[in-house]
Amino acid sequence: MNFWLVLTVNSVTFGGLLFLLSAGFSLIFGLMRIPNLTHGSLFMLGAYVGATFVVGLLGFKLNFWLAAILATLAVAALGALAERLLLRRLPGDQLAQVLVTLGLSFMAADFCLMMWGGDPLNVATPDGLGGFVRFGTIAFPMYRLAIIVIAALVAIALWLLLDRTRLGAMIRAGVDDPDMARVVGIRVSQLFTIVFALGAGLAAFAGIIGGPILSVYPGLDQDMLPLALVVVILGGSGSLLGSFVGSIIVGFIYNFGQALLPELAYFVLFMPMLLVLLLRPQGLFGRHVP
Amino acid sequence: MSRKLSRRKFMAGTAAGAALATFKFPTPALAQAAPFKLGLLTVKTGPLAQGGIQMEQGVVTYLKEKNYTFAGRKVEFISADTGGNPAGTKTKAQELIEREKVDAILGPLAAFELLAVTDYITEQKTPMLSLAGAEDMTQRRPNPYFLRPSATSAQAMHPMADFAAKELKLKRIVTISEDFAFGHEQMGGFQQTFEEAGGKIVNKIWPPLVTPDYTPFVAQIGDCDGVCQGFAGSNPLRFLKTYAAAGLKYPVVTGETGGDDALLRSFGDEALGMYSSCPYTLDLDTDGNKRFVAAMQKDYGVDPGFYAAGLYVAAQTVAAGLEKSNGKSDDKDAFIKALRSVELKDTPRGAIKYDHFGNVVGDFFIRHLEKANGKYVNKTVKTYHNISQFWTYDEKKFLAAPVYSRNYPPMKS
Amino acid sequence: MNSTMSLRVFAIIIAVAALATLPLWMGGIYYINVASQILLYAVFALGLNVLVGYAGLTSLGHAGLFGVAAYATGYMLQLGYGHTESILVALLVGVASMAVYAVLSLRSTGIGFIMITLALGEILWGLAYRWISLTGGDNGINVPKRPAPFGYSLSNATNFYFTTLIVFLLVVVVMAIFVRSPLGAALRGTRDQPRRMNALGYHVWAIRFYACLFSGLLTAVSGILFVYYTQFISPQTLALTSSAEVLLMVIAGGPGTLLGPIVGAGLVVIVKTVVSGFIERWNFLLGAIFVAIVILMPDGLVPGTTRLWRLATRKRAPVAAKTEGAP
Repeated sequence: MNFWLVLTVNSVTFGGLLFLLSAGFSLIFGLMRIPNLTHGSLFMLGAYVGATFVVGLLGFKLNFWLAAILATLAVAALGALAERLLLRRLPGDQLAQVLVTLGLSFMAADFCLMMWGGDPLNVATPDGLGGFVRFGTIAFPMYRLAIIVIAALVAIALWLLLDRTRLGAMIRAGVDDPDMARVVGIRVSQLFTIVFALGAGLAAFAGIIGGPILSVYPGLDQDMLPLALVVVILGGSGSLLGSFVGSIIVGFIYNFGQALLPELAYFVLFMPMLLVLLLRPQGLFGRHVP
Repeated sequence: MSRKLSRRKFMAGTAAGAALATFKFPTPALAQAAPFKLGLLTVKTGPLAQGGIQMEQGVVTYLKEKNYTFAGRKVEFISADTGGNPAGTKTKAQELIEREKVDAILGPLAAFELLAVTDYITEQKTPMLSLAGAEDMTQRRPNPYFLRPSATSAQAMHPMADFAAKELKLKRIVTISEDFAFGHEQMGGFQQTFEEAGGKIVNKIWPPLVTPDYTPFVAQIGDCDGVCQGFAGSNPLRFLKTYAAAGLKYPVVTGETGGDDALLRSFGDEALGMYSSCPYTLDLDTDGNKRFVAAMQKDYGVDPGFYAAGLYVAAQTVAAGLEKSNGKSDDKDAFIKALRSVELKDTPRGAIKYDHFGNVVGDFFIRHLEKANGKYVNKTVKTYHNISQFWTYDEKKFLAAPVYSRNYPPMKS
Repeated sequence: MNSTMSLRVFAIIIAVAALATLPLWMGGIYYINVASQILLYAVFALGLNVLVGYAGLTSLGHAGLFGVAAYATGYMLQLGYGHTESILVALLVGVASMAVYAVLSLRSTGIGFIMITLALGEILWGLAYRWISLTGGDNGINVPKRPAPFGYSLSNATNFYFTTLIVFLLVVVVMAIFVRSPLGAALRGTRDQPRRMNALGYHVWAIRFYACLFSGLLTAVSGILFVYYTQFISPQTLALTSSAEVLLMVIAGGPGTLLGPIVGAGLVVIVKTVVSGFIERWNFLLGAIFVAIVILMPDGLVPGTTRLWRLATRKRAPVAAKTEGAP
């Protein structure tokens, strides 16, 4: 009984983390049609930059949340830069986009190894969230529950942004029909930079939020990228709701698959992605076929 | 000479700081004999990088101590990064043997890397000194060119199981370890000795080497009074965090990689109280160890762990072997014979010698993880002396049984 | 025209002669082994190029096929079968897997194709990684001996090199024929004008399917060469990074050209094996090279260099063939 409950709660937690990671990916994919293979690297970079402040590698320590915001902004700026300088030159050229994003991810991984070495960084749980919450006989760590709350808050904020603001309306128009959006006078070029920065920032934020659970280590990027891909394909690119539902589904598959079907754990993880691609290429909630 | 001063060797020299000058320009007196070429296969990327980087530091520390000179021969040190990948290990082993023409290879780190090159080094007759587990390399399928100066996968686990059963009085244990040869063999050895001492293994859990979140595995731990973990690299860290986050309080015992001294600075309170069995311990009070620890702290600002100490001992063995063969390494068979006959009195882990399979016989330390002066320390609580890979078992009977694996010894129902 | 033709023939003769005599002038076994690796990866990249370059279909799951053939070889040998049977079964398994890939992924083009092949590659990797009872998981499968056909032992680096070279040259010749064949022309047609091809009565799906099988065959051949070269196979060989690496070889060298994938394979293998011995941050370098290629030579090294050469020799450069995915 205990086992099922722990796994269920953890599935939702892990799903929350995946949502933070993949919401940005989904927007980038949906709006710009770029298979952004640096997304795992952005997650790892955010985790490393944040951990640097939390652990105090520069000689001073910052509060966890402050560090998270700093890491988010720094990586968002980096994302904007990459979009302006590189990706912008390659509209619609998927081969080149694949090559550039992969090249950047190689560089990012090696850069992290050079800067932070091979030692894993242990990010302490933020103050006040280190305890346990009791459900009857079992205790569940408060921080993991907090992740669910954070993910929900971010989801609401993103929804408000997309649904209630002018920027959001432009993004939605861009996702639905980029050519039409351009015709009606939306400056798609600027929009791309903003969305890419937003996506990069979200990935970085996910990285530092995930730090206390996953810790930060070389190879984190390769562990997370495939999960983000599964979520986005499953949920449908460009769809916030899709990312959310997809994340929770993947959270469950990951947790229960590893525990109950260890030999087929990755098979059951990637099979749904394949099935969706074959049977419903636009994803569960997406509106257009990528 | 200019080609030989490759960039990486230069870097290794830089890491060695002051040694660089002597390394770059061998003095005429020493140039009489050709330099002795020492290769290292290590891992500097991926989840195993933490140990891999310490491996290189351990070797360089010893080389500096000897001023890059073994038995009157200049030592040229070449380090190669395998990427923790078996195919990469093969390529890099070829680079060391075929291009650099090394006289001996230290490393690789992981059992699956070692398994990928074992046939090749036999073919090439190059002595190899590795920390990697892969029991059968010194047991049922012995490789004549292989030496293991650290421990077989199960060598530290036999005493740990003995201690867990007899001193900690644990009865029912769940084992959890990476799903590869090193994990299988560690847990097999633990189970064998633990069950003979009257304990019972109630569940064996095998997460893959790369596991972002251990919760699905930790959730399966229960109905026991202790946990034996055999994680390597940075994984012990993440496992223990998840373990504590799941609210589990069963005592944890582990082997050399799971409680490595080098991990202490990354551990948090969740690791307190863990018992580990290791062929090296930071707090060993001998001159050899103090010299080693001081040098590591001075050059790298870190406390050495099992990987650094293991490679330091490996380098010591090579130096002593070369001394024994009067500086000659061209006759590989004579050289490996000399290496295997090495007995060292003053290594960081105490006195050691090698058995007729080339595996180390030495002391194993049971340590308790505590907090002292705001720092985490592994405090030695018991020392098992002169432990061989066969523990207390009869060698013939031991070798007649199958090698420890995922399913051996089998679970008792 | 005639002079360019004879120049080309001359260049080919020089290249083949250089490759055939490589063990004589290349210093040491190590470099001969590097050359073997370049050739076997070139076969892999040429196989992927059939799809990426000529069919306009980008696969990010080819390492899965490469690995399946390698595992099949290793597994058959482990079961005690001979080399001939093992190789034949591996070829069969490789092509059959590609057929499954093709049936599933050809429902789509562009990013859809990329994602389906990626998912398939990850599934194969996941099985190799976790289906321990079959694959040994991280422990991998050892191939203790290389074959010795007619007493010609491939354990010797030079002999292995020559065998790889023969396979490589055969593959290059077959590729050259394929490109000039009606099927090759039709395939390029499906890349550039799928609708028109359809209207002209071509069966676009079937043409692409045959191209996939051909690509799968070459991939299986390179996978078998690989497993005999390393004498070891483990899940990392099937990982997404490996798929990415071979795709990078193709794109960097120049997709849709015969020489491009070969140059790309040479570049990647040399950086990974030789340069990594001198520069510790070789991963960074490799990444930077890829980014630089996209910016400076978007068509890849071979077309880019050709264009530069033509500019330098003041000949009018024809517009390089477009190699993007189908719309």
